[in-house]
Amino acid sequence: MVIACASGKGGTGKTLLAVSLALACSASEQIVFVDADVEAPNAHIFLKPDIEEERVVEAFSPQIDEGKCDGCGECADFCYFSALTLVKGKVLFFPELCHSCGGCELVCPRGAIKEGAVEKGRTRKGVAREGIVFWEGRLKVGEPRAPAVITELKKAVKKEFPDTLTIVDCPPGASCALVEAVRDADFCILVTEPTPFGLSDLKAAFQAIQELGIPCGVVINKAGIGGGGILGFCEEKGIPILGEIPYRRSIAEKYARGLTLVDGEDNLKREVLAIYQALRRVTLKGAGS
Amino acid sequence: MKQVVVLSGKGGTGKTSLTASLAYLAGDEAVVVDADVDAPNLELLAERKPLFEEPLFWGRSAVIDYERCVHCLLCVSYCRFSALHVKEGLPKVDPIGCEGCGVCQRVCNFSAIEMREKLTGRFFISKTRWNNFLFHARLAPSGENSGKLVTYLRRKAEEKARAEKKYLLIDGSPGIGCPVISSLVGVDLAILVTEPTLSDQHDLERIVALARHFGVPHFVVVNKADLSLKNRNRIREFCSLQGIELMAEIPFDQQVLDALMVGIPVIEYDPQSPFSQGARAIWQKAQDFLKAQERS
Ligand code: SF4
Ligand code: SF4
Ligand code: SF4
Ligand code: SF4
Repeated sequence: MVIACASGKGGTGKTLLAVSLALACSASEQIVFVDADVEAPNAHIFLKPDIEEERVVEAFSPQIDEGKCDGCGECADFCYFSALTLVKGKVLFFPELCHSCGGCELVCPRGAIKEGAVEKGRTRKGVAREGIVFWEGRLKVGEPRAPAVITELKKAVKKEFPDTLTIVDCPPGASCALVEAVRDADFCILVTEPTPFGLSDLKAAFQAIQELGIPCGVVINKAGIGGGGILGFCEEKGIPILGEIPYRRSIAEKYARGLTLVDGEDNLKREVLAIYQALRRVTLKGAGS
Repeated sequence: MKQVVVLSGKGGTGKTSLTASLAYLAGDEAVVVDADVDAPNLELLAERKPLFEEPLFWGRSAVIDYERCVHCLLCVSYCRFSALHVKEGLPKVDPIGCEGCGVCQRVCNFSAIEMREKLTGRFFISKTRWNNFLFHARLAPSGENSGKLVTYLRRKAEEKARAEKKYLLIDGSPGIGCPVISSLVGVDLAILVTEPTLSDQHDLERIVALARHFGVPHFVVVNKADLSLKNRNRIREFCSLQGIELMAEIPFDQQVLDALMVGIPVIEYDPQSPFSQGARAIWQKAQDFLKAQERS
């Protein structure tokens, strides 16, 4: 089973819940943890993996053979993203606009474009605390396109661990990167906080998840600071509430030190496990109906 | 006209609370942009009056005509974005994954694929309670092109600001990907908000690298500075090593959350709270920096 952990925006405690869930479940099951927040991968801070393997994620980049090119401009006409332009009979390439679709190579009648590769980022694999299998993706700094790295990351994980309980820490937001990360998940946990910001972000994330047709449930972090309309929204949409993490300064302090919910004095392992059990109940019910 | 962006490697650091407070302080001298198009929250604190709204259709997506399709599945093998799947022998487009590149249309020998435009999001101009114009947008659910949307927002806001205002204030989007780059490039000052946690420190380093990469002057603000003194000291050390000015250290302030619950910026809720004092100091320093820059 693949469980994705998402939230409309960052800072809602999504990573904290994801790593805590992985640690809480690791006593009874083999866990694969995937940090798909490739713009700002942080789970390693809590899970402390020993990285054993690193792979470069590459994508198509056109290599133009000026000797063969006759400046017909077909490639520039085709490129929907304007990464190729014809200037005075010469083709100019703007790598930051290229989506690596490979179309230019396809359309060039002279065979003047060859497949080259650019680095988009890296995926890294290792073993973390409690024997958790750890994967993460890292976007290259200055590289604008996160989904490419996420796709590779997920492919690698799926190939090696098709049936292991997998927890995916998703990127924040509700756009392309999130969609790429949650796609093919069996269940999505939406972490939110009971504030007007939290509600607004939850709505956006829920809409995206719903479009993908992935069942989901909500975990309320910083519970107790107010209502924020979360309960009403969940009831209206029929989203199950899986559990809560209380609002305490001590949790924020623990987080700051790189500790999870299941570490240290006020250990919330039971609460985290209860969230997992609620999730199992919901998915079993969903499968039966 | 000078452009200031407030950024943080990650959401939840108080970036929007700070931008709202700065927008309040700048009043009608500023045009404000909410570049966090993924999670546009500034409007929730600004109590806006809508002036203008426009739907944006930028993307396109492949649509298959099954009357013509002969199920050769050539298109599926050429799509580099895994946006074409085979379902019961038929090619199926996943409109969310489709980048609109048009490769499938090109390779189909039976003209069975058409490219159709799709909704990217909505663009708004509003007037806030503090008399500034707010340029904001909402990405369509699971929409793409957030970087382009940010660029569009900025361009529209710049036109307005250049003509009649002193400042363009941008609430940046979190992360370091395309929308962030779009909100950072070409600004006069970036205020980087961080928290003294191990993970935020990591984000800060990445965002500093990004600001440097694009040659944007930047200052750091530590919010909730007393959450971990050890980490705060590390940020101090990092900043001094890198020669970055620490603009302010703001202690953990319950009022920020209380103000958020009522839906107004902290500076209006309690002008004397630690966060409000921090915001005022930050705005003063930002103005001083921009003035000095102008002179030199
Ligand atoms: S690979 Fe696609 S996006 Fe890149 S230059 Fe070629 S046609 Fe344009
Ligand atoms: S399509 Fe080929 S030959 Fe024509 S301009 Fe492009 S690279 Fe040159
Ligand atoms: S290439 Fe054209 S004909 Fe072949 S499966 Fe795709 S849409 Fe159908
Ligand atoms: S337009 Fe490009 S991304 Fe979309 S389905 Fe066709 S080949 Fe794939």
